[in-house]
Amino acid sequence: MAGSRMKLELCRVAQGRSRLGVLTGLGRTSQQSLDVPGCLLYTHFGTVPHLTQDTLHTVSNLPAVTQVTLSHIAEHQEVLEEFKDGFRKFAGLHDTVLYCSLHDPAVLCPTGYTTNKTVSVWGSGGRMELTVAKFMALQKTVQPDWYQSMADGETWQSNTSRKRVRKSVDRTLTHLDECLLVHQNSQELEGVEVFGVVEGGDILEERVRSARETAKRPVAGFCLDGFQSGSMDQALKTQLISAVIKELPEDKPRLLQGVGRPDEVLACVEAGVDLFEGFFPFQVTERGCALCFDFDVSLDPERAGRAPHAVLKLNDDQKDTVGETQQNGDPCLDQTQMTSFEINLNDKRYHDDFRPLVEGCGCYCCKNHQRAYLHHLLVTNELLAGVLLMIHNTAHYHGFFGALREALASEKLDVLKRQEAGESASLSP
Amino acid sequence: MVKWLNVDWPTRLSTAAASRYAQNNMAAVVERGTVANNTQVDQMSLKKAVSAASPLTLRIVAECSVTKARACDLILPHSAVSTPVFMPVGTQGTLKGITVDQLEGLGCQICLGNTYHLGMRPGPELITKANGLHGFMNWKNNLLTDSGGFQMVSLVELSEVTEEGVKFKSPYDGKEIHLSPEKSISIQNSLGSDIMMQLDDVVSSTVTGPRVEEAMHRSIRWLDRCIAANGNPDKQNLFAIIQGGLNAELRKACLDEMTKRDVPGFAIGGLSGGEEKDDFWRMVTLSTDHLPREKPRYLMGVGYAVDLVVCVALGCDMFDCVFPTRTARFGSALVPWGSLQVKHKQYAKDFRPIDPDCQCPTCKRHSRAYLHALFKTDTAAMHHITIHNVAYQLTLMRSVRQSIIEGRFPEFIRTFMKRMFESPDQYPRWAVDALASVHVTLE
Repeated sequence: MAGSRMKLELCRVAQGRSRLGVLTGLGRTSQQSLDVPGCLLYTHFGTVPHLTQDTLHTVSNLPAVTQVTLSHIAEHQEVLEEFKDGFRKFAGLHDTVLYCSLHDPAVLCPTGYTTNKTVSVWGSGGRMELTVAKFMALQKTVQPDWYQSMADGETWQSNTSRKRVRKSVDRTLTHLDECLLVHQNSQELEGVEVFGVVEGGDILEERVRSARETAKRPVAGFCLDGFQSGSMDQALKTQLISAVIKELPEDKPRLLQGVGRPDEVLACVEAGVDLFEGFFPFQVTERGCALCFDFDVSLDPERAGRAPHAVLKLNDDQKDTVGETQQNGDPCLDQTQMTSFEINLNDKRYHDDFRPLVEGCGCYCCKNHQRAYLHHLLVTNELLAGVLLMIHNTAHYHGFFGALREALASEKLDVLKRQEAGESASLSP
Repeated sequence: MVKWLNVDWPTRLSTAAASRYAQNNMAAVVERGTVANNTQVDQMSLKKAVSAASPLTLRIVAECSVTKARACDLILPHSAVSTPVFMPVGTQGTLKGITVDQLEGLGCQICLGNTYHLGMRPGPELITKANGLHGFMNWKNNLLTDSGGFQMVSLVELSEVTEEGVKFKSPYDGKEIHLSPEKSISIQNSLGSDIMMQLDDVVSSTVTGPRVEEAMHRSIRWLDRCIAANGNPDKQNLFAIIQGGLNAELRKACLDEMTKRDVPGFAIGGLSGGEEKDDFWRMVTLSTDHLPREKPRYLMGVGYAVDLVVCVALGCDMFDCVFPTRTARFGSALVPWGSLQVKHKQYAKDFRPIDPDCQCPTCKRHSRAYLHALFKTDTAAMHHITIHNVAYQLTLMRSVRQSIIEGRFPEFIRTFMKRMFESPDQYPRWAVDALASVHVTLE
């Protein structure tokens, strides 16, 4: 594809699947890069939820790629057209790589709104229908560094019929061809990368067909869509992802949409996924929770051999919480439900707990504030609760990805992952 | 949840002590001085000893030669404060969505906490355990706490004031609860604020008649009980609050009586509650005329830019108001020409910053158009405007101070007014009159 500069440099492929490397040649100057397995910076309209640039940049080692979604942007098309200089400048983002996706990964879209010619997104003013022409006009005004091609992603529900799944694969391929056609004839989009979207619901043959066909197109990478609901169990998810990835070229990145739980991330990295969307810390923040799972991988293998979940170790607090509130270690339909990787600061037990959210955590929140204060901010419904939790959760989650890469580099993930797989049941209550 | 309020009447004071302040107000002061200094001297030097022991120093840096304005360095336990100063309000131990580092970054040296709210949640016991409100919210500069009385009157419907204190029904469970001067100070001692306010008998500024006089006298009696109840006079400053409604004689009587007490500072209370501005400024200027020069003067509840500039000219040093931060959350950004409603459609395609001359983090990065759009998507939009508005207030006061120091405050006022209003005939009458009273004429 003309102007394509994005390049995936793999330095290690563990067990034939988990990939460690760097995605280079990103951004307008091609100077930026993103380590894989990696995670994009999740935003609402270019803003990490609750945070200003000052509070965001208390977090170190943020990813170089920021994700924006058309569901937030579409209603402002006219404004952006008048602005002319693209979304990045409009949002006051100066030195980030911009990736534009169709939907907000933190929100499940209602089904029944796609047609052969259109997809729908939901903004603050309600539903908006996008044709390929409108979709591409938006991309020209947003001027991202890379974007997700238009796709019919309505087949995430487990009861979707084979016929509907087939139709979604067909439509998505048609949309991709139409998008690429417009793309190649648009000077404004020169040097911008397109990711093709792999659909196929929970039907293996359709997944394989979608992957195989998409891989024939001149795309820079692949979005794996339709795995977000959680209604699909991890074994099936892993099986489908593995099958899809077999059809995809080694030298192009694979972005898995709508999956964010740390245990699922690990399983999907094992299946060969490179990139994730960073919405999970936001969901945790919205329910008044703080991520507190242990991802220390600097354990010696012998100890790791005896202590399960060295990567995803739950601390004592969590175990208590898990016992008390209705926890669910299994994938669940409701993404708003608390997972076992977090503590709920709304809980009365934190009223007089003067410890940081996570002992030893270097984030702004943990260095400056205590659980009792966070609890107070939540019960009094103060805005600072969201700010401080988002800082911690963002730092913790991106720290987890750093640890994950470190584990891959030192070949520890395999050891730890095997432990985890063998004991996965104990992650659930 | 309402533990502290379930306790009846003086808990910190013995019955003997309670009868003492009824007998002789000054005796309470003297006794406090005796305890604090452990010396045996006559009453007059004891008064001075109290003053010397108070953890506050006011250094007058400059006085305007035309108006009553002054620029001071107010040295408080946690840091020095440059006055005139606007103090942002962090009601529940947090300033609406802003981190303490951001607030400090804007140059804020002192902010407020509300005793009523913090006494309810999380409660004084917890805050004591957290090393006071400073420790609880991790704020390194100064804090001022109110007495809690104002919220009772403004938030709670069924409140009854007796000589003992304020009696009202809990908004949580309807239980009858009390706040006495002693209880208020006890909570404020737990909060550990650098400046505490006495419990005063607050009457709406639009009320007239004997109730105003009663409230004024009661506030004086309560001041003495507060002074006697202060368990940390060497660490926490207690300010008196001048009452007397809009009646000049009552104000004067209150001033005469309260200035006899050697408190570290004075607040002008009972204003800013919907009274005529003409009455408002006359009460302010009457108060500053009779307050001691060497002590700080705090005008409560004032925060509009014009009011700030005029009241600095009338001799006030400290101000607080929820307005700048509250209005920010509704998308109203303060600017030298008034305010700018970011959510209004006219800004959807306005790619300029809120105020091109503003140096705040919001104006340096974001446009009106982006903030307009962000208001539909994320609460961070509110934080951006809050930061801008706090920066606006603090910058305004710094400019005022600088002009006083450089001897050009009258000129500053004229420039400020010209920028704020489209034409001189839009200048509010009261502001013109108030400024004329301190020899500043606006053309």
